[in-house]
Amino acid sequence: MQIKMTKSNPILEVNNIFASTDDMPILKGVSITVFPGEIHAIMGRNGCGKSTLSKIIAGHPSYNINEGEINFLGKNVNSLAPEERAQSGIFLGFQYPIEIPGVSNLEFLRVSTNARRKFLKKEELDTFDFEDLVKEKLELVKMDSAFLSRSVNQGFSGGEKKRNEILQMALLEPKIAILDETDSGLDIDALRIVASGIKKIANNKTGIILITHYQRLLDEIEPDYVHVMSDGQIIKTGGSDLALELEKNGYEWTDNFVKEK
Amino acid sequence: MANKNSVKDVVKESYKYGFVTDIETEKISKGLNEDIIRLISTKKGEPEYLLNFRLNAFKKWQQMKEPNWAELGYEEINYQDIIYYSAPKQKEKISSLDEVDPKLLETFDKLGIPLTEQKKLTNVAVDAVFDSVSIATTFREELAEHGVIFCSISEAVKNHSDLIEKYLGSVVPANDNYFAALNSAVFSDGSFVYIPKGVTCPMDLSSYFRINSGDSGQFERTLIIAEESSSVSYLEGCTAPMFDTNTLHAAVVELIALDDASIKYSTVQNWYAGNEEGLGGIFNFVTKRGKCLGNRSKISWSQVETGSAITWKYPSCLLLGEESIGEFYSVALTNNLQQADTGTKMIHIGPKTKSTIVSKGISAGNSKNSYRGLVKMGTKAIGAKNYSQCDSMLIGDQASANTLPYITSQQKNSEIEHEASTCRISEDQLFYLQSRGIEFEEAVSMMVSGFCRDVFNQLPMEFAAEADKLLALKLEGSVG
Repeated sequence: MQIKMTKSNPILEVNNIFASTDDMPILKGVSITVFPGEIHAIMGRNGCGKSTLSKIIAGHPSYNINEGEINFLGKNVNSLAPEERAQSGIFLGFQYPIEIPGVSNLEFLRVSTNARRKFLKKEELDTFDFEDLVKEKLELVKMDSAFLSRSVNQGFSGGEKKRNEILQMALLEPKIAILDETDSGLDIDALRIVASGIKKIANNKTGIILITHYQRLLDEIEPDYVHVMSDGQIIKTGGSDLALELEKNGYEWTDNFVKEK
Repeated sequence: MANKNSVKDVVKESYKYGFVTDIETEKISKGLNEDIIRLISTKKGEPEYLLNFRLNAFKKWQQMKEPNWAELGYEEINYQDIIYYSAPKQKEKISSLDEVDPKLLETFDKLGIPLTEQKKLTNVAVDAVFDSVSIATTFREELAEHGVIFCSISEAVKNHSDLIEKYLGSVVPANDNYFAALNSAVFSDGSFVYIPKGVTCPMDLSSYFRINSGDSGQFERTLIIAEESSSVSYLEGCTAPMFDTNTLHAAVVELIALDDASIKYSTVQNWYAGNEEGLGGIFNFVTKRGKCLGNRSKISWSQVETGSAITWKYPSCLLLGEESIGEFYSVALTNNLQQADTGTKMIHIGPKTKSTIVSKGISAGNSKNSYRGLVKMGTKAIGAKNYSQCDSMLIGDQASANTLPYITSQQKNSEIEHEASTCRISEDQLFYLQSRGIEFEEAVSMMVSGFCRDVFNQLPMEFAAEADKLLALKLEGSVG
């Protein structure tokens, strides 16, 4: 297993989180630590709690944290509102990006970019300056500027929605990006575009968590760590080779780890 | 947990126009009878035909019943407990703005409608109406150079009596409905606009209606005439102080467009809506109708209705002229215990007439918001077309929305298209916007203005910005 030597402080520390929705326990003691420059992959069957974990880190109101803490840049963010987390640099790429009728994509991107810039004490951008910035970022995901004048995600194809998510990530320059099944619903060309976009945005100061079912995204972006989740727990952690083994043996193979535990 | 806000907190309203101007007023005694009507008419020095118009309307009104078909519930209005004429005391004849009571100017200043020469809005002429009287009209000389008449209706009665006699009540007859009959009997002031043949009005015209006194009703009357090939854009704004009692507002607006003329009438209605428990607020019973009398004439109504405890209002178009066009673009926002029953009537009489209806209803709190609209194709409306789109948005789970379209067609060769939808601001949408750093309140208001975009695009520019701000303000509340 590959070990990275890092002296810096972790970006994200999820410490023994127990969480539930409507009194139904979903996460049963999850811990994960991400240092700058690291790429983590979380894999697991449907319903194992992967998406819940991502939503809880982003502050979704439908989930309750019953135990444990989420520290971001050394600060407990358990009680922060989702917008405060986003402004300070937590980014969640949605598995199913939401449509917002009537709200132009350009305006949405601008307001959101400015919210982040305000937090970073950077000057907020007017429409003209923002258009220059966004056009540069559009290149990363090979999107046409026509997307900007449409309503947020409305009428977008699956691939366009995912590219729009990566565009947002590029604009917001998060410290940590959690990408929830960004690869699902993408054809091979779109997958390459999205993956190359992610790689260009990632740097040695950011952390990335890729949530996925499949190896194919990990062929494009090699993770430093792979975590396997089952029934609300991380049951095994390894290097990128773990994902390959999973691909070969299927999730049934991982059931043995549960027993070992 | 993390999300401390709820939609309920956000829709709490704040009303910044709720102040009362302390000014000496001349009021007549409460109640309604023939003597009161004669008194109003005498005070205004009206010609006999107008007194007869009033008395006739009063007779009709006495025989009529208050309508109860609307989706509205309210305590019975005691028409004898209302003062029908209230005017700030000032000199008999005012020749310039310098003679207007500074308190009145200050009031309009506070409302964002400066009237004095130095401060007046640069591209809009304003008629300012305070309770029962018009106190000032700006840019009159400039407009007169183009032959445009813009003055209070009382003044028009004196100086343009022929036009008043010809057109008053020609679109909304005195016995049209209960509230129109009441208005016809007791109307006090309002605006008069006349655009001569071939003239494009050089600036937007606007009236600002302010109710100040708590126990008087406001019964304004507006008449706009656009002669052949002329055009005008008219804006209307309204506010009132916060009183615990309800105040009656029953206005009548009549528009007449001749051949190739076009009238655009935009309203931002922000009368006091009552408090969170539903105490106080304006009862807004308004009859607005335009007559496309000429060929290829066009009347376009756009309204943003955010105030009033009760709104009962159906700005309509009578499409007589061949190829005439009627439009209705509406945003109605209700919150707390507000009730709105609003919509339009498009009556297609002439051939190849066209109408478009776009209605956006937003209901929050415990409010009730109904769209009620009639589209009628008459026997001669060959090739006439209508398109209607009625969308409702619900905020929270206590509000209600209704869509009540009435469609009748007596002409096979005409088209009517109706679309309706209802949506709710979902937690997922809010979370999505929040997870991009957008504050909860801003997220709600972005979605609401997104929902209203089609209508806001129809408003004159400065009004669109105001409407957007107004909705945001209405949805603003204590967060956390």
